[in-house]
Amino acid sequence: MTDITTEKARIGAPSAQPFINGFTEEGESLSPLNAAESKAPLAGEAVKRHSHGGGVGVPDSSRAGRLTSYKLADFKPLTGMEEDWRFTPLKRLRGLHTEVLTGAAPAVSVTAPDSVRVETVGRDDRRIGSAAIPEDRVSANAWENFAEATVITVPSEVEVEGEVSVLLTGQGTEASAQHVVIVAERFSKSVVVLDHQGTAVVSENIEILVEEGAQLTVISLQEWNDDAVHASSQQAKLGRDAKFKHIVVSLGGDLVRVTPSARFTAPGAEVELFGLYFADAGQHLEQRLFVDHAVANCKSNVLYKGALQGRNAHTVWVGDVLIRKEAEGTDTYEANRNLVLTDGARADSVPNLEIETGLIAGAGHASATGRFDDQHLFYLMARGIPEEVARRLVVRGFLNEIIQKINVPAIEERLTDAVERELAATNH
Amino acid sequence: MSTLEIKDLHVSIDTEQGTKEILKGVSLTIRTGETHAIMGPNGSGKSTLASTIAGHPRYNVTSGTITLDGEDVLAMSVDERARAGLFLAMQYPVEVPGVSMTNFLRTAKTAIDGEAPKLRTWTKDVKAAMAQLRIDADFTQRNVNEGFSGGEKKRVEILQLELFKPKFAILDETDSGLDVDALKVVSEGVNRAHGEGNMGTLLITHYTRILRYIKPDFVHVFVDGQVVEEGGPELADRLEDEGYDRYATGAGAATIAAASAAAQA
Ligand SMILES: Nc1ncnc2c1ncn2[C@@H]1O[C@H](COP(=O)(O)OP(=O)(O)OP(=O)(O)O)[C@@H](O)[C@H]1O
Ligand SMILES: [Mg+2]
Repeated sequence: MTDITTEKARIGAPSAQPFINGFTEEGESLSPLNAAESKAPLAGEAVKRHSHGGGVGVPDSSRAGRLTSYKLADFKPLTGMEEDWRFTPLKRLRGLHTEVLTGAAPAVSVTAPDSVRVETVGRDDRRIGSAAIPEDRVSANAWENFAEATVITVPSEVEVEGEVSVLLTGQGTEASAQHVVIVAERFSKSVVVLDHQGTAVVSENIEILVEEGAQLTVISLQEWNDDAVHASSQQAKLGRDAKFKHIVVSLGGDLVRVTPSARFTAPGAEVELFGLYFADAGQHLEQRLFVDHAVANCKSNVLYKGALQGRNAHTVWVGDVLIRKEAEGTDTYEANRNLVLTDGARADSVPNLEIETGLIAGAGHASATGRFDDQHLFYLMARGIPEEVARRLVVRGFLNEIIQKINVPAIEERLTDAVERELAATNH
Repeated sequence: MSTLEIKDLHVSIDTEQGTKEILKGVSLTIRTGETHAIMGPNGSGKSTLASTIAGHPRYNVTSGTITLDGEDVLAMSVDERARAGLFLAMQYPVEVPGVSMTNFLRTAKTAIDGEAPKLRTWTKDVKAAMAQLRIDADFTQRNVNEGFSGGEKKRVEILQLELFKPKFAILDETDSGLDVDALKVVSEGVNRAHGEGNMGTLLITHYTRILRYIKPDFVHVFVDGQVVEEGGPELADRLEDEGYDRYATGAGAATIAAASAAAQA
């Protein structure tokens, strides 16, 4: 791609003092880096305390200091000026941040082998809150309002053949709250697909517990109807040597905002966070992820790719990776790539890498937004390939890198078709 | 037997300083089986001619015609020209991210032939053509031109020439950036394609060395957007010895051009 702009990452808190030089990424020097010195709440006490006790954290410019709470009242009403809401058109949230979420939540239908336990539970179930705590008002609103939760448990040492399919079908445009808990017990191995369809206005909390030695893939597909509004907090907590792969695919919906996070609680764990989004005219697709390297010797790898076409297609990607003081031996890389196919579309891309220790194996990030270029088009057309086919060839190739990571043939096929449909829908 | 005919072609581009005329009346006729060399100094408009034939949107044809067997090439879109049988091996082949060579070659072949090639023979053909051009087999997995060296890009252009079998090949400085071995390999590729007897070749070059491997039937000297002299292969030898210096630009060139146009008529 030409016209590539590599956005400079914001590294650490703005008040950073000492520098750790020499980290480079695509030739760019990533300094100044954050101070290794970490007074509370930088050191993460706030988050730890709250994920156990449910209190209120002190907001801070560091990601570690973000307010977390199970209580809606702890979060101030949104103004749109907040760091984590500054790209989101609040007006289009259709009340997810202001109303009591009493609408019917998307209907849940789970298809799973017998070895997997599927339960519908009340608000007082002990597993609720085991992996997640809201980090924003919309998530807290859902937490306060959900009626019942779906709990999916892959028992210890069970290796699930095929995938666990969770179909979530929207029930209309009344603002609603949803709650799903996925527990991958010790040494289990499974793939869970969250398949969002239909029309909904929903704030959703997905809690994901990946216990010691477990391997879990969660694929969240947003193929909503055009009028859907969806905010989804998907928080994963990882035990020792756990392996977690998370794939977000956002194609349909008026506004979709997914905020995945992965927290390491013991060494030896690995996460891969992948994402694919394709925004058409008028769509707002936002993804904000957080990887919390709170302990030593864990790995994370992040790659999100997006395509945009049409007037006012807007995508947002914010990647927060925090390497705390304790997280020696961390190895992390995050990248976001966007392909802008037409004028009038806008891709925001902000990688944030905070590093509080110099004793790491690696830390890097990349962000590039390219245009589908007239030169590419000329080259392909000069080989006899019609314009529309050329365009598809490029986009398909671009997005395929993520589709290939899914490893569920039926879904790969479905997404390939969905991407084709997106492309076919354009009128240039 | 096909004919590509360029008549009194005037081409300009829009620059920040306004419109700039680059081709100032070019006429040229190429028939199947013929090899024409166009030679000229840097900036004389050789690539402009090549790109204009291929239909690059940057270049505006202000007057003149290009026809292929009587069909109006200028009325065709870029892809239509390629499907009609014109092939441009570019001076600076473009890197296309996200598209593998395999996928690209098959898609282009399908577009040009109007039907998908038979998978088994196609794969074999691609492999064989790559081997002859000494292109590593793993290039098929890579994205089009992405990270290829200058020489590799040129070989891949000729690979396409051999696979797509155009009626007319326009080779824009295919020789530049090649070492002697690569120059040989690439020239052999062009000669193989030409040798099949269904192709005419327009070979654009700054230097004469490629003409040791590819024998032109006609040589056209290009200066300041015009053909200033034409002749047989012996003209290339003279250029080798004397360079382009003796072709003064300006009024002199115009006179020569007028004379040569008269000679051609
Ligand atoms: N895109 C462009 N913008 C500005 N000027 C251009 C552009 N393309 C061509 N020109 C000008 O037109 C003239 C002819 O360029 P062209 O590339 O056709 O020459 P050439 O004979 O192929 O040169 P070379 O031997 O260096 O490849 C030059 O003066 C060049 O600067
Ligand atoms: Mg040139």
